[in-house]
Amino acid sequence: MSGLLAMGGYAAYVWPAYGVSVLLLGAAIAATWRAYARAKAQLAALEKP
Amino acid sequence: MPSLFAFANPKRFLDMSAAVLPWFVGATVLTLGTGLVLGFLVPPDYQQGDTVKIMFLHVPAAWTAMMAYGLLALCSLLGLVWRHPLSDVAAKSAAPLGAVFTALGLITGSLWGRPMWGTWWVWDARLTSFLLLLFLYLGYIALWNAIEDEVRAARAAAILALVGVINLPIIEFSVEWWTTLHQGESILRSGGSAIAPVFLWPLLLSGLGYTLLFFTLWMVRIRTEILERRARAILLAGAA
Repeated sequence: MSGLLAMGGYAAYVWPAYGVSVLLLGAAIAATWRAYARAKAQLAALEKP
Repeated sequence: MPSLFAFANPKRFLDMSAAVLPWFVGATVLTLGTGLVLGFLVPPDYQQGDTVKIMFLHVPAAWTAMMAYGLLALCSLLGLVWRHPLSDVAAKSAAPLGAVFTALGLITGSLWGRPMWGTWWVWDARLTSFLLLLFLYLGYIALWNAIEDEVRAARAAAILALVGVINLPIIEFSVEWWTTLHQGESILRSGGSAIAPVFLWPLLLSGLGYTLLFFTLWMVRIRTEILERRARAILLAGAA
């Protein structure tokens, strides 16, 4: 387990690469999903009368 | 071409994308999950050690960033030629996603370059042209935001996108045309792939996963834009 954490001495590069990938892709997914939900709700409210 | 126009109808797009969206989400989760887990579990490379794991994050991001720009430019061209609003919506919706994948390609590349090349950054052709790709995306987004009239904004942004397309072959062939620290084409080359199968399969799966993630998010963003425009039209009609 500690061997995995150490990444053969390259932990300082491998883990940040995973971190930034998860962070940016997660942010893109969240932003896309939020905007979609907002647009659906807005249109539903407008079409209701 | 009536068939193409039928496909480019926003209503038709909403119906079709609603039907395929769950499948795209499922396929994305499956391929991206498998690819990244397999990539995480590969044995250390005999030269690169564990930094080889960064390949499964870097290569798919860079590939998707370039594919996204190609699609953005294609939609821009269709929008210019046929003046079809859905093409403009598709091009506009691809840009922020492309920018994210480009940024990921640059950052993960830098984190890979430092331990393997001894430097975070070098102003060679591959890295510089890829940085230019990020600026093209950002410039494209800024242009959309700067022009209020949607039709004019779409036209100006489309022209920028088409001028920038010259950068794609420059990125692709930069490693052949100029001296560079970046390695050359390793997968699709004559004489067969230069990557051991133990690395190649996780890489192809991750690449497919990133590609499907882009298409899934792109589809949702196009749907969002169509719904927003519909809401705006209702508001305008009500105000008139």
